[in-house]
Amino acid sequence: MADLKTNFLGIESPNPFWLASAPPTDKEYNVRRAFEAGWGGVVWKTLGAEGPPVVNVNGPRYGAIYGADRRLLGLNNIELITDRPLEVNLEEIARVKSDYPDRAVIVSLMVPCEEAEWKAILPRVAETGADGIELNFGCPHGMSERGMGAAVGQVPEYIEMVTRWCKENYDKPVIVKLTPNITDIRYPARAAKNGGADAVSLINTISSITGVDLDTFSPEPSIDGKGSHGGYCGPAVKPIAMNMVAEIARDPETRGLPISGIGGVTTWRDAAEFMSLGCGTVQVCTAAMTYGFRVVEEMKAGLSKWMDDKGYASIDDFVGRAVPNVTDWQYLNLNYVAKAKIDQDQCIKCGRCYAACEDTSHQAISMSDDRVFEVIDEECVACNLCVDVCPIEGCISMVPMKPGEVDPRTGKVVEAEYANWTTHPNNPMAKAAE
Amino acid sequence: MAQGQMAPGIVAGRLSSDELASNFADLHPAFAPHEAAVAADRCYFCYDAPCVTACPTDIDIPLFIRQIQTGQPEAAGRTILEQNILGGMCARVCPTETLCEEACVRETAEGKPVEIGRLQRYATDSVMAKNGHPFERAEPTGKTVAVVGAGPAGLACAHRLAMLGHDVVIHEAREKSGGLNEFGIAAYKSTDNFAQAEVDWLLRIGGITIKTGSALGREFTLDDLRDQYDAVFLSIGLTGVNALRAEGEDKDGVRNAVDFIAELRQASDLTKMPVGRNVVVIGGGMTAIDAGVQAKLLGAENVTIAYRRDREAMGASRFEQDLAASKGVRILFNLQPVAVHGNGAVREIELEYTTNDNGTLVGTGETIRLAADQVFKAIGQSLEGAPEGVKLDGRKIAVTGPGRTSVPGVWAGGDCAAGGDDLTVTAVAEGRDAAMDIHASLSA
Ligand SMILES: Cc1cc2nc3c(=O)[nH]c(=O)nc-3n(C[C@H](O)[C@H](O)[C@H](O)COP(=O)(O)OP(=O)(O)OC[C@H]3O[C@@H](n4cnc5c(N)ncnc54)[C@H](O)[C@@H]3O)c2cc1C
Ligand SMILES: Cc1cc2nc3c(=O)[nH]c(=O)nc-3n(C[C@H](O)[C@H](O)[C@H](O)COP(=O)(O)O)c2cc1C
Ligand code: SF4
Ligand code: SF4
Ligand code: SF4
Repeated sequence: MADLKTNFLGIESPNPFWLASAPPTDKEYNVRRAFEAGWGGVVWKTLGAEGPPVVNVNGPRYGAIYGADRRLLGLNNIELITDRPLEVNLEEIARVKSDYPDRAVIVSLMVPCEEAEWKAILPRVAETGADGIELNFGCPHGMSERGMGAAVGQVPEYIEMVTRWCKENYDKPVIVKLTPNITDIRYPARAAKNGGADAVSLINTISSITGVDLDTFSPEPSIDGKGSHGGYCGPAVKPIAMNMVAEIARDPETRGLPISGIGGVTTWRDAAEFMSLGCGTVQVCTAAMTYGFRVVEEMKAGLSKWMDDKGYASIDDFVGRAVPNVTDWQYLNLNYVAKAKIDQDQCIKCGRCYAACEDTSHQAISMSDDRVFEVIDEECVACNLCVDVCPIEGCISMVPMKPGEVDPRTGKVVEAEYANWTTHPNNPMAKAAE
Repeated sequence: MAQGQMAPGIVAGRLSSDELASNFADLHPAFAPHEAAVAADRCYFCYDAPCVTACPTDIDIPLFIRQIQTGQPEAAGRTILEQNILGGMCARVCPTETLCEEACVRETAEGKPVEIGRLQRYATDSVMAKNGHPFERAEPTGKTVAVVGAGPAGLACAHRLAMLGHDVVIHEAREKSGGLNEFGIAAYKSTDNFAQAEVDWLLRIGGITIKTGSALGREFTLDDLRDQYDAVFLSIGLTGVNALRAEGEDKDGVRNAVDFIAELRQASDLTKMPVGRNVVVIGGGMTAIDAGVQAKLLGAENVTIAYRRDREAMGASRFEQDLAASKGVRILFNLQPVAVHGNGAVREIELEYTTNDNGTLVGTGETIRLAADQVFKAIGQSLEGAPEGVKLDGRKIAVTGPGRTSVPGVWAGGDCAAGGDDLTVTAVAEGRDAAMDIHASLSA
């Protein structure tokens, strides 16, 4: 059995599966049960400054997007940071950490953007014995209206400044949690690094409205007829999160900065993908909120089985392995030619590939009177749409053509050499091929 | 006290009324909204969907299922009813396992089709639950069409014609309309008097008059109709019953399965419906299955269906056969009746084994006898009372295109017309298509 042990910034945990700062980590009761269920670590639900805690709405705080069979694909929330007193949270954190010394316990923080506020809270967090802090610069709703959360996370200068304050006033690792509600994720990541952050974690939730009630015309979730944008998370946000992770992992200015990957991690496979893009740990919120703490069993077993199959003894063997393969469009090999191929034995003749290609792509699938669907190589541009819409996994595959073969669409011989847009004759900026 | 299964002879009240109520409950109960949502989610919205091709009325199945998915079951119902005005009955009685659901790509993929029939019922029920009628008549055309027979073919034809603005008079020989929907379909497929409710709902389109107790060949002739109306549609079904041609066929206790079923369908109290202890049904179609199953559900101790060919040749689908088996009905293959024994009333039926000799069925000479106090003949219905002058094709009315008979101005459809399966849905399709053709000819 592969070893899932994780060392992230010197913080050890028995596996890379941490619960993200959110309702699952809101209190001692939850966190104890999460640890009993096998989670490697938790990022405690975000704490605010001393004083009366924030209040939450007293109506629905979640909205959802569903796939077939009401499978939850995306969740949206308008919850704020913890609404329990600081003192209570700190006591609970200290108790849990001392009872579970082998698990990672990170404390998420969000206090106003003033050095005194940070100086006040950091020593109290240090006293709990927690392993590190995560700066919540991400919450897109409510807190941002008060100049915190995403309001900080959207201004790189603030990120750098606050990170620096924390590094100066706290000894243990500082993780900066980034908001995706920004055009280019590399700027806040660079700012975090410049401020001395030990790691970044991302993504926090994406500003969103999940629906509109067509009787009352109120956005969902609706509070007394009105709605506010909430934060979107769950499986639907994974592609966005992974791109942002990859951007940071391959940016020359932040390359090598440890990353904790968050956003839609639901299965072991999601975790492995995030990790291959450079994440040393992953954090999970929606999957736990949807299915309960028990999902971690599948994640741990699945990851370790996959590692065994691949011969990876520890997670360091594959973390970051996909990063070198993330590149810019201009460097993609334009001499790579593939054709869709339909496996007639697997095909159930639904005709979805035909409708998709005929109506919206390249008219490259033929349909016979007896519903045999075949790809017309002369027309197929290998766009992959048919593969994406086919209900049978593996029924349509993209088969690369071999060098020397003639692409019946273009009449050109498939070249063995790599050639990209930078040298392509149609590119007005092309550098002459050498 | 119920008589019990063992009471000898043909007696009523073998089971208590509670047992009967549960036995004759809906075969495929209506979907609750959650069930409908789950079932609808399975549809792939196929291109040129094979299920549609397999539906004799060409209902746009992917569209109506998508309408259910998106929370508009009534719109879904309208999509169905535009093509098939008896979509409610068809949802209950269609042998979907040999029609749309057999063709469904998820049958190919997983051996478990989208439950099209039950979704259709969900959609049509939601339309019918609303008081009113989803279609409106066009401006009156001043033309009047006679329809003979108020079964599914006649009703579908009449509705379409009325919708197009023609006036319609349906002449129905029986005292009640609905045809086999009312008198033939198994009781557990059409519960709660659905057949009459559906006719009433259909008539809300307006412009249709039904004259019951008015039979072609008895009250009037085809020529009378041709004189009085602008067009005639014949949908008289198959009211004759084929004979067994077995010795002793006329003994007491030997009966046409369709008559037994009709009596059962009309019974207001099933505890009063007599049935034998040992029942033998001769035949291999849906009628045989329905008679056998309903005899069993009424409390017969032993019910045997004897069919003269093998399982593959059986007209009843595998689903129907399994349904019969699940109710405890025994199906014997390759057995044909040779004699009915008994002194006045049947006591035993004698059957001969058969084999298939190069396509022709031959008796092997070996016979068995089954105890029987009731024998149902279900070896097919035949056309009876076809008006003179109308050409036949084999034993049915010859038609070309959308139901045109050899006589100008006279159309035919449903079971009485040649071509197509003898199914409710086929009758609806033929009635509808003939109506469109009649409309075209009246508008020309
Ligand atoms: C027992 C049984 C069970 C069946 N079960 C199913 C099933 O589960 N699913 C399915 O799809 N199909 C089933 N069928 C077949 C289906 O009922 C028929 O295919 C369908 O009813 C044919 O419709 P129709 O309008 O052509 O004829 P019918 O329904 O037979 O209607 C003909 C009408 O014409 C009237 N009529 C006859 N002669 C005259 C006359 N001379 N003058 C005036 N009126 C006349 C009759 O009284 C009747 O009302 C079953 C049939 C039987 C017998
Ligand atoms: C109800 C809810 C409350 C959340 N509260 C916080 C919070 O207090 N602090 C924080 O940093 N992130 C918070 N998040 C964001 C999550 O930690 C996480 O970044 C996000 O949900 C994406 O991960 P997921 O797709 O696994 O849910 C919250 C998310 C949810 C759904
Ligand atoms: S890859 Fe694109 S172009 Fe080729 S057959 Fe599939 S959908 Fe059509
Ligand atoms: S989408 Fe897939 S299963 Fe459907 S017809 Fe095309 S290849 Fe066959
Ligand atoms: S064949 Fe099945 S999956 Fe396809 S449209 Fe019809 S019901 Fe839906």
